[in-house]
This record gives sequence, structure tokens and C-alpha cells, in this order.
Amino acid sequence: MVRYLIRRLLWAVVMFIAITAITYVIFFMIPTDPGRKACGQLVTPSCVARARHYLGLDKPVYYQYGLFLKRLVVDHSLGQSFANHQQINTIVGRAAPITAALVFGGAIFWMMIAIPIGVLSALRPRTILDRSAMIFVLIGISAHPVWIGLIFSWFFGYKLGITPIAGYCEVFSPPPGAACGGVVQWFYHMILPWSTFAILFAALYVRMIRASVMETLNEDYVRTARAKGAPESQVMIKHVLRNAMLPVVTMLGMDIALGLGGAVFTESVFSMHGLGQTLVQSLTNDDLPTTQGIVVFATLAIIIFNLIVDLLYAVIDPRIRLA
Amino acid sequence: MPLLEVNNLETRFVTDDGIVEAVNGVSFSVDKGQTLGIVGESGSGKSVTCLTIMGLNPKKNTMSSGEALYNGQNLLTMSPRRLREIRGNDIAMIFQDPMTSLNPVHRIGDQLMEAVLLHQDVTKKQAKARALEMLKAVGIPRAERRIADYPHQFSGGMRQRVMIAMALVNNPDLLIADEPTTALDVTTQAQILSLMTTLQKEFGSAIMIITHDLGVVAEVADDVVVMYAAEVVERAPVDAVFKRPHMPYTWGLLGSLPRLDTDTERLVQIKGQPPSLLNPPAGCRFHPRCPYVMDICRVENPPLRPVSDDPDHLQACHLDEETKDREAQKLIAGTMAEAS
Repeated sequence: MVRYLIRRLLWAVVMFIAITAITYVIFFMIPTDPGRKACGQLVTPSCVARARHYLGLDKPVYYQYGLFLKRLVVDHSLGQSFANHQQINTIVGRAAPITAALVFGGAIFWMMIAIPIGVLSALRPRTILDRSAMIFVLIGISAHPVWIGLIFSWFFGYKLGITPIAGYCEVFSPPPGAACGGVVQWFYHMILPWSTFAILFAALYVRMIRASVMETLNEDYVRTARAKGAPESQVMIKHVLRNAMLPVVTMLGMDIALGLGGAVFTESVFSMHGLGQTLVQSLTNDDLPTTQGIVVFATLAIIIFNLIVDLLYAVIDPRIRLA
Repeated sequence: MPLLEVNNLETRFVTDDGIVEAVNGVSFSVDKGQTLGIVGESGSGKSVTCLTIMGLNPKKNTMSSGEALYNGQNLLTMSPRRLREIRGNDIAMIFQDPMTSLNPVHRIGDQLMEAVLLHQDVTKKQAKARALEMLKAVGIPRAERRIADYPHQFSGGMRQRVMIAMALVNNPDLLIADEPTTALDVTTQAQILSLMTTLQKEFGSAIMIITHDLGVVAEVADDVVVMYAAEVVERAPVDAVFKRPHMPYTWGLLGSLPRLDTDTERLVQIKGQPPSLLNPPAGCRFHPRCPYVMDICRVENPPLRPVSDDPDHLQACHLDEETKDREAQKLIAGTMAEAS
């Protein structure tokens, strides 16, 4: 177990360095100059030179990357934004809870949709329920989140007026001048983003759970359970679902981690300043430190969630032993 | 009254290709404490017969008719609730593949206890004690420790012992064993068979054992049912089947057994494949493969009828008894393969 963890952590370090280094290289291949941007409208050669020096861009790429690593490891700092000179730690710290709220809430949402529908359509294949579920899956997979978000926002927010059209509310200590705050308002504002974010995943998970349950239903041990005289409810919960959910847990961990890297579309539609929107902004501003900061955060999220999934898997599937 | 009486059992599966007649007019009975062997090639409907009796066929696209009377109650028409009470308690079943028949995510102790708790009004502690007792009875070494193990920590033979323990944990009157030794190696097979017969004596259960291995039948069965293409073609006490088999298909099965007591050079071989049950041949279903085929065999399916001097011995073949006796004697002398 300890050896397994050590090995995993070493791998995580390798992965981390590889991903951040690649981000650096890609950034410097883009033919733009943050120094010019920093000077704004007063672009003079001397201003650009000073700006480049100030941002550290006059040093070679590997030196900059080394500096980035040093700051991260020694000072636990992701640096300063090129665009507004804020600490990246602050930027990420402000955006991450918004994305986390969206992703975790969305995950609960999509599992609440996907488990009952997936199980029911597996139990009654080719019925009207199953066919309707498959149509939902097709729509959910094909429709773009931006479109879904806009439709939701227009229909529920504007036409019916039962939800806010967009925006995000802080649960704790809303900033002065904020339009709203508190748990109730937060929840109220999250309903549409959650639904929007959940639809694609709900569709994917309905299909996966349906397939997994159907496969498990054909297992010999399910027949054994019935031969023991177990009622169908017990057969389903104890024998079918317990096994059918194993692959779902893996996917769930990966998808949550992926979502934490930024649910760009949903955040954009509902103007939530989460990681996704911040990332897009930083890219248009040639703001490397912010981009890098979000990449670092997303990488860590993925590494940590994969580790959690692996550990969890060893708990729920006795055949897997960590060694 | 026999413990289990199966009358004219029919099972059909509706598939995309058409209707498969998996069991067609099968009748037999099992008495208390007796062992019935059901023999036949793969796909002859042996397993489906048992699954139909247990009500374990998929409900959709399965049609069953006839009756399976357990102590006079028809298992095919009783309420699902009543059937569940019987399953695992009065009639228990062991399956062919012990590697996949146990749930991989539950400890074997829990799986045994589940069977106890479903049918007996006992505490978890008592159920566990009962589970442990059964694991010891089937010869699991260090049962106290292994009860907390998972199926993947057991070998195939040990898993089949666990399956037997699980089947017998509620002292069933009837144990249906669907090819219990097929997936095991030969030495383990012998152990499992002797375990089953020992436990049968101890618990007084009747056993219905399905196999394609006549050696197994000779060893454990009192009566034998030979099935071919979803039908019973011969049914008799075990001695009669081995000493005076009446059906060319049975001869083929017997002749394909390697023997030590004669120096047969070649084994008798049944040519061809069992027919598709989607579209079984007209007349006797064995006629396309039968070396003794006559004109009548192609048009008329012979009914199952008693041999003239032995009312317990039923067979379905058009051949005259004189020929049958002569050929059966050749088979037993080990000279059939040379002759044909």
C-alpha cells in the first residue's frame, strides 16, 4: 500500500512536469507578444523592451520555466498575472470554488438522472421507456452545452421567469455590492448551470449504466442469487448494481477531474467566473501565468482524483489489490 | 408420490431467427433420496430443462408448458413468491462453472449466509455458524479463516465445494446439479462427485445430475434419462442403460467412452452434429446421424414406449428388439466400432 502510494506520487510528479512543460512550449510557439499587450496603446520599442524585461520574457524559455517551478515549489506561488498583476493564487482561489460547485453539483445531478433511467432501461430493453431514454441520450450527446444553456436560460429564466437568467452568488461573504448572497440564492442560481452541465454527462452515463447493468444481468452469479430464492429487489441491489457500478465509479472520478479543469461552456453561458472562463480570458490576453496556473490546478485535480478512484476501487472491488 | 414429477415439459425461446424448441415433451420423475442422471450432448436441452423447473429462464421470450410437480405442486404455474420460497430451500441448484457462479464482490461467508437468511428465521450469528458448518462439511480446509475470503481467492474445485455448501445449506430435498464437474480437472471431478454422494447419504437429498459424461452417470445415478435434440430418447434404471441400451444414440454415447476392459482400437463415433433446434429434422430427430436409419424413421418420430419385457425401461426407436439386442451386445463386447 505505502509502496503503491509512493510509486503513484512519483508518477504524478513526472506527469506534472511533462504537462506544465508542454504548456510552456505551446505558449511560446504562439506568435504573440505579451510585452506589446502590456504596453496597451502606447506601443513604443522601449516600452515593449521594458515590459518584456519586467515580465521576465527576455530570458530563455527554459529559464522562465525553471523560475516557474522554483516559485511553485519554494514559494508555493503561481506568479503574477501578465494582464492585471494579480497573484495567480488569488485568481485561481477565487475561480476554483465556482467551478467546483458547478462540477460536484452537476455530478450529483447527472447521477441522479442517469442511475434510475439507466437501470430501468436495462431492465426493460426495447420498451417505450428504453426507447425514450435512448432518444434523450442521443439529444444529450448531440446538443452543444452552449445551446442547451442558452435555451434553458431563455425558457426557464426569461419566458417562465422561474430561475435567474445568469450569474453566480457567493455562499459565504459575498463581495460588497454583489447582487445576492447566501445558500438559498446560491442554490437558486446554480439550478440552470447544473442542469446544463449535467445533460451531456447524464446522457453518457445513462448509456454506460444501461450497458453495464445489462451485461451484469447475464452473469452466472446473478442466476445463482435467483436460484437461492432471493427476491428480485435484493438480486438487483446486492448482486447486479454492486457489480455494474464498478466501471461507473472509474468514469465518474475521471469526469469530475476533467470538469474541474474548467466547464468552459456552461460558465460562459451563465457568466460564472469559474476556471473555464478565466482560462479563456487568460488565453485571449496572452496571460501565460494565469493559463499555467489553471493548467497546474487542473493537473493536480486529475492526479488527485485518479488516485482517489484507484484507492476507492480497491475498497469496492475486492479482486483489486494495490501492490 | 415422486418428489419431482415432470410431465410433458416444453420450453420454447422466441429469437430473432425464429422459435427454438429447447425442450420438447420431456417427462421423468425423481424419487426421494434417489439420483437421476440426465445425459446428452451439448445443446440437447438438459440445462434448459432444469432451468425451466427452477423458473430461471429469462421471462421474456420464453414460453413453457407442461408441468413440473414438486410434491404435487406445479412449479411452472405457482406464484413467483411461492417459487422463491422453494428455490434455494426445497430445491437447490449447482451450476456448471464455479468460476463465474459466485459473486466476485461478496465474501463467500456472506453469500452462504444470504442463502440461510433468505429461508430461515435465524440471527446473523446463527446463519454464520451454519455457513461455517457447511464449509467444513464440504471439506474446505481452515474454514474459519476462509469464510471471510472472496471467491477469487479459491481454486475452481474449492469454489464448486462452496457452491455445493451453498446449495445444501438449507437441507434441500432436491439438488439439481447442472454439469457440476465439467469445468474441473479429472481428479477434482472425482472428489466433487464423491462429496456429492456422501452428502446425499448424510442429508437424504435427491439429486438430479446433468452431464454429458456417462462415466459420471455410471458412478452416481440410480436412473438415467438420455436426451437428444430437446427430447427424451431413452429412460431407464442405470443398469439397464449400461447392460441393454436400446437406442442407437445411447450406443453412440456408450461407444464413445474409452474402456480399459477390451482392446478396442477405435471408439464408436456419432457422425455429424446435433440438429438445429430452430428447425429440427422431421421424423426421428436422430435419423440424419443414425447408422441404422430406416424409411419410417424419416417420417415418424417414434414415441417413448416401454421395452417389451421391462416396463421401467422406456425408449424411442423404430428398430426391432432383436436387432437392438444384437447390436447392444456387440457394443458391450467392444466390437461395434470394427463392425461399423
